[in-house]
Amino acid sequence: MLWVLIALVPGIITMIWQFGYGVLANIIICVSTALMAEASMLRLRGKAIAPALSDLSAVVTAILLALALPTLAPWWIPFIGAFIAIVIAKHLYGGLGYNPFNPAMIAFAILMVSFPKSMTVWVLPHSMLPTGISLSDIFTIVLDQQPKQTLIDAITAATPLDEMKTQLGLNQTVEEIRSSSIFGSLSGQGWQWVSIAYLLGGMVLMFKKIISWHIPVGLLTGLFIISFAFYLLEPSVTPSPLFHLLSGGAMLGAFFIATDPVTAATTPKGRFIYGVLIGLLTYIIRTWGGYPEGIAFAVILINMAVPLIDYYTPPRAYGHK
Amino acid sequence: MRLWSFNGGLPSLAEHKNESVNLPIEIAPVPKCLVYPLGQHIGNAAKPLVQVGDNVLRGQKIASAQGMVSAPIHAGSSGTVISIADHLIPHPSGFSAPSITIETDGVDNEIDYTPCTDFRQLSASQLVDIVREAGIVGLGGAAFPTAIKLDTQGKPVTIDTVILNGAECEPYISCDDRLLKERANRVIEGVEILLHMLSAKRAILAVEDNIPETFTSIQNAITNNQNPAINAVQIPTIYPTGGEKQLIQTLTGKEVPSGKIPAEIGIVSINVGTVYAIQQAVIEGKPLTSRIITVTGEGVNKPHNLEARIGTPISALINVCRGYTKQADRLIMGGPMMGFALPSDNIPIVKATNCILVASKHEVVTEKQAMPCIRCGLCASACPASLLPQQLYWFSRSDQLDKAVKLNLFDCIECGCCDVVCPSHIPLVQHFRYAKSALKVQNHEKHQSNVARERFEAREERIAREKAERAERSRKKKAALKSKPAKEEIDAAVNRSKTKKNSITNED
Repeated sequence: MLWVLIALVPGIITMIWQFGYGVLANIIICVSTALMAEASMLRLRGKAIAPALSDLSAVVTAILLALALPTLAPWWIPFIGAFIAIVIAKHLYGGLGYNPFNPAMIAFAILMVSFPKSMTVWVLPHSMLPTGISLSDIFTIVLDQQPKQTLIDAITAATPLDEMKTQLGLNQTVEEIRSSSIFGSLSGQGWQWVSIAYLLGGMVLMFKKIISWHIPVGLLTGLFIISFAFYLLEPSVTPSPLFHLLSGGAMLGAFFIATDPVTAATTPKGRFIYGVLIGLLTYIIRTWGGYPEGIAFAVILINMAVPLIDYYTPPRAYGHK
Repeated sequence: MRLWSFNGGLPSLAEHKNESVNLPIEIAPVPKCLVYPLGQHIGNAAKPLVQVGDNVLRGQKIASAQGMVSAPIHAGSSGTVISIADHLIPHPSGFSAPSITIETDGVDNEIDYTPCTDFRQLSASQLVDIVREAGIVGLGGAAFPTAIKLDTQGKPVTIDTVILNGAECEPYISCDDRLLKERANRVIEGVEILLHMLSAKRAILAVEDNIPETFTSIQNAITNNQNPAINAVQIPTIYPTGGEKQLIQTLTGKEVPSGKIPAEIGIVSINVGTVYAIQQAVIEGKPLTSRIITVTGEGVNKPHNLEARIGTPISALINVCRGYTKQADRLIMGGPMMGFALPSDNIPIVKATNCILVASKHEVVTEKQAMPCIRCGLCASACPASLLPQQLYWFSRSDQLDKAVKLNLFDCIECGCCDVVCPSHIPLVQHFRYAKSALKVQNHEKHQSNVARERFEAREERIAREKAERAERSRKKKAALKSKPAKEEIDAAVNRSKTKKNSITNED
């Protein structure tokens, strides 16, 4: 778990650099809420607190949730999210090792359907921020002290995936849409660098054999293949595979979220299939679903398929044909 | 020679061989008492041939094999049988079991052995008989009667390759290494006997690549012997490469089909210590009465290898190693991976005992608090049988044993790799052993209840049949009554009773 945290550092730094200290506020609120929730739940359930806290699983869940949240959110968003992740998605199912669904993604999904407005307030990357935005402005938003609407409008915008989806719905072509300033050369401004930082951290985990290659490679392959197929069919109204891979939570999801061992498939073959299915479903949700980003829902839905995947993919045991 | 690899394993397990491997094999003195558990091999326990008070000689058969899968037992020194009763045996559960105890007389008189000058004059079945009568069982730890493995006559198998297992992969144990260092010539002669009796094409003696000096001594022995069919190979040191199935896979790339024996794929695999015992039995005519055993660990003052008589109490061996140190904490028979803890040192070594490990506190993994399984799958990547320990654990714990069987629970070789790599410190193998024995109990109970059910059904059927027969009889009677006039019938009955009365009076 410690290595997972270390591998997240480049991504976190890039996110803070691109999207400001709101990210840090999310992390602090999520982690402290998660630790308190974890300790109280362990206590309520009559379990030893120290060994369970020191395995850092609650911290990892909290940070993954924090990184998935809007980069500038009122404090109660990360607070409620972390509470849901630890109390409902983890401990009510039996605690570490017994939860069928990824806790961070359950929390994200519940927040998404409960508070759609707050969950879509994404701050602009620093290169596009108007001048004169101070730290105290950020604090008014985090502390939810009714900031001026003009301030929010000035510093936030739809995410590139959201914008892409909305504009495609208005019969714009991808080329026209991408001429907007929130898009960069690879995907969204700022987003592309964050994605690349997660990719680098994920590679470290893979080469250190902390995670097996099956899930990330499967997920990215699945996402690539389906987006490439539709890109070939209708290039003018379909974002490129590269755009899909480097947008939203694809990289974070592939290397850090879908690889949660508790909720993922556990056989080698099964893990690859699990990854591919999440990749495909992510594209389907992004393209035809109601939400601009599909990683969270895809992960939760494929979590449900895990027992089935494991059942059909045991490795060939020694001495068996 | 081309080598293959097996799934998983532990390439960097600490070896701990140096503690014991550098001193020559010491012949352990005859102890005061020798204790022979009658069931010290796989199969039926042996049947005592001696009685309390009998005098025995070294090499004398004191218990004979019972049934096909069994092995005789021979006295290790001369003396008197002082008891045939329950004695603590080396078993994880600390059982006592019927054992013969001999008080030695210190003279160590032997029976007359019949040596053999040319084993090539003997037929395969004669050689199998010699091995069987010598009480030889697998000395690598399995204790399976060797004669059964070697008896291929009349079976639909042809043995192509004999594998000599010198891959002592378990940490701390060095008895096979010492044997090959000091007595390689005799082991190679044993290999020739095996080639002769199995009419196999080739023999491969495999040792791990961490003992190059031993490998040289084996190669010298092979050169002296000049038999082109015998080859020695060094294989990578990856625990558990000395496991029979893993060694076969490493050397031939073949897998022993699940539930079958290596002979099915033309292979016989034998531990080098067993080969030495076969050589002694065939060439010198000596039955198995002693073996080489590693006594090691921080808990003894002089860890080294001993040639000890089977039946010697562990306490006597500890004395030969100059006693316990202050660090001595746990007594283990076998190695740290697959061995088991003993409750006392008043337990004899048996044929399968290759190591006594007197471990200090830090030498054995003290049981850490097991945390929940997070399905990380490290166990599956370490499993040499390519199983899914994380799933087996889940099903064993929730008593869904049928599902565990489907995931090939019975192919688990209990090597302990999964235990070592588990980040949650779960004692996985313990769960699998539990599941296996629970299934055995279940099957036994199922069998019992089937028998009971059949008996019950047979009884119900019998009762129903009898009832029907009775009903039929009474129906017939009634019908007969109806058809005959009642008067006649009464008269007939009266007559019958009269004649009966008469006959009784006549008899008086």
